[in-house]
Amino acid sequence: MSDSTNGHEHAQHIVPLKVYFAIFFALLALTGITVGVAFVDLGPLNLAVALGIAITKAVLVILYFMHVRYGDHIVKVFVSAGFLFLLIMLAITMSDYMTRGWIVTPRGWQ
Amino acid sequence: MNQQKESTTLGMWLFLVTEIMFFGGLFTGYGIYRFQYPQAWAEASHHLDVTLGAINTVVLILSSLTMALAVHFAQLGKKQLLVIFLIATLVLGLVFLGIKTKEYSDKVEHHLVPGHDFQFEGPWSRQATLYYCFYFAMTGMHALHMIIGMVIICVPVRWAMRDRFSAEYHSHIELFGLYWHFVDIVWIFLFPLLYLIGRHGHS
Repeated sequence: MSDSTNGHEHAQHIVPLKVYFAIFFALLALTGITVGVAFVDLGPLNLAVALGIAITKAVLVILYFMHVRYGDHIVKVFVSAGFLFLLIMLAITMSDYMTRGWIVTPRGWQ
Repeated sequence: MNQQKESTTLGMWLFLVTEIMFFGGLFTGYGIYRFQYPQAWAEASHHLDVTLGAINTVVLILSSLTMALAVHFAQLGKKQLLVIFLIATLVLGLVFLGIKTKEYSDKVEHHLVPGHDFQFEGPWSRQATLYYCFYFAMTGMHALHMIIGMVIICVPVRWAMRDRFSAEYHSHIELFGLYWHFVDIVWIFLFPLLYLIGRHGHS
């Protein structure tokens, strides 16, 4: 029993509490910033800033709350692959819809 | 033990990757129509309550913190604190859903639920219907994930109370934590994309 306990302690990384609180306050601050910036006219940059802040928040949650930073390489590969395929879906779909005029607004909609 | 833990974590992430693609499909559809009808999207978005949305964002971030703390105390084998933080997470989930219910009932009152009762002033009525279809589909799927999470969270609470828990065996709590944080991440994207479009024009 004591052997398995020791072995297990090597396996898990205990994140110090202050890291969790630091991430929590960073997430709160970023939420405040994203609300504040939304009321300032930055033109097309508004969307870029909103997405940039959301991606930053998501990365903080994934790395620290979800322990990916301290996890195995294979987990990092899985997570990256997931988001890579999301990016492929978004980029290729959007590039088609943004350039080809596939959507015809139905009559009576305007 | 070590290898078992690695494989369960990997399995959970595999499930979360399918969830990323599932919500990704909704976000892609959203993106296509937001690009097609930018003004309508902004107009329709202005009928959402930014204050309630921001409060809910804070509630969910706080629930992610309590979940992370629950996992932390599970790793240390502190049963009492684990149960306290799991219940705190559950309560914060309930607060989130309560505020969401208030928002949904406001939408019903203001005739903003897509269907025969939908009313929207101005030239963008049809496009606004589309926006609210996305709004209800995306926030509804998110809320469904939260409800499922809150049902599942009762299991480790019950197990811990019945002493079926130890510092060695707690991977179910860590895996549940991953799910809960994932649901938080979905909201991190939903909040700016649904609530904060072109707000500077309308304050």
